[in-house]
Amino acid sequence: MDHGATTRPDPEVVNAMLPFFNEFFGNASSLHNFGQEAAQALVSSRKTVADFLGAEPEEIIFTSGGTESDNLALKGIAYLKKNKGKHIITSVIEHPAILNTCKYLGDIGYRITYVPVDDQGLIDPADVEDAVTDDTILISIMHANNEIGTIQPIKEISAIAYECGVLVHTDAVQSVGKMPVNVDDLGVDMLSISAHKIYGPKGVGALYVRKGTRLQGLSQGGSHEMKKRAGTENIPGIVGMAKAVELAEQRLEGDTKYLENLRDTMIRKILDSIPESYLNGHPTKRLCNNVHVRFSYVEGESLLMMLNMKGVAVSTGSACSSKSLEPSHVLAALGIMPEEIHGNLRITLGRENTMDDVDYVVENLVDIVKKLRAMSPIAPKD
Amino acid sequence: MYSEKVMDHFSNPRNVGEIEDADGVGEVGNPVCGDMMTIYIKVEDGKLADVKFKTFGCGAAIATSSMITEMAMGMTIEEALEITRDSVADALDGLPPVKLHCSNLAADGLHAAIEDYLKKKEAGN
Repeated sequence: MDHGATTRPDPEVVNAMLPFFNEFFGNASSLHNFGQEAAQALVSSRKTVADFLGAEPEEIIFTSGGTESDNLALKGIAYLKKNKGKHIITSVIEHPAILNTCKYLGDIGYRITYVPVDDQGLIDPADVEDAVTDDTILISIMHANNEIGTIQPIKEISAIAYECGVLVHTDAVQSVGKMPVNVDDLGVDMLSISAHKIYGPKGVGALYVRKGTRLQGLSQGGSHEMKKRAGTENIPGIVGMAKAVELAEQRLEGDTKYLENLRDTMIRKILDSIPESYLNGHPTKRLCNNVHVRFSYVEGESLLMMLNMKGVAVSTGSACSSKSLEPSHVLAALGIMPEEIHGNLRITLGRENTMDDVDYVVENLVDIVKKLRAMSPIAPKD
Repeated sequence: MYSEKVMDHFSNPRNVGEIEDADGVGEVGNPVCGDMMTIYIKVEDGKLADVKFKTFGCGAAIATSSMITEMAMGMTIEEALEITRDSVADALDGLPPVKLHCSNLAADGLHAAIEDYLKKKEAGN
């Protein structure tokens, strides 16, 4: 129930990868047969990923994951365009991979505008338009939020960016595999994805960079990945990612419908059976697998721990379970009152979950919330 | 990340509830921070005859509350005032460093309840 964190690699993915550890271990840059086998796998994997996104193979840069893709997109553009402009627009609810990269760029002299969201986590494209200035070089807005699952109007934002002559990047790490993601349809210049969110391996991802968009690589070295990312390619990972993408494409329609049904059932049952429970995020513009709920008078880590004792793995945006002890920046951006910000749960469903699992979680959640409220000095007495 | 003792007190918290005619009540923390605790004490012959708690908070907040009620039960006022945040954490076989300050409010709660008791007693005399 925590598929937003990661997913179990599909057995087909693992099987596709194994020969590239055991047998085809070559370096894709070598000219001998060993190298050429690896090089061939790299070519075909790149094509699979490109096709999936509606891109050309030479527009795909393999990376170590979503965070690196985001760093490469933001810094790669910022460094190259520093003489043209030093203004970047992003949102207040981005993943830390974007937020902290922006913070870093802010520290070294760039100007960052963080556009707000409404109480359901939606960005108003008009706010993005208003933020554009003569020296804006990049707009980076996530496709779907990792905590509350709200899907952003990227198409509209891209249209504005196009009008203004500004590049657009989107972090699609959470949306890919859970809804159609096509770079032309979205109109973006760059897009980040990660393999381990779609039943692929950890440590591999990709950045789509539209043809003609120049960007500065972040590490100096060999001429791998169109000179944008030096370092011997992670062939097993890349092959695994291609397999995961292939499966995601085949399963997209069926999985989306299946998960939407589980999601909506779970949300309805929770809200119906637990008083003073609320859905965070948008009721319809949300990821097909995301259930994010808030319970008054209880604290998220306690909820998480009690569910964990029942064998249910979920996550929470609550301060107490994070190392920083700061409440979630996403929930704060929604305008949730500070005293209400602690009792949240994020349940992210996956293809292995069933309707029985949904019922099991709801039943246990009802008991757990009741137990914690009985213990809580701020809960009203029955 | 939590010790077995913490998990035990978290999953089976001791002495949860309120004391209707408590001799002292201590309230610490606040819901904005995510941790809030109320400790109730009943005093008989200078000893803590009953100690109960209600806590809103994370696993550590609940476990420390439960632990301190066990520790303080039967102690004299003087002994109970000697209980510190550290001694509660030690009795639980330690707490994760990040929790030592934020969620380890139980000793403060107990001391506040005793102060409340002493103040009431003074006013009564």
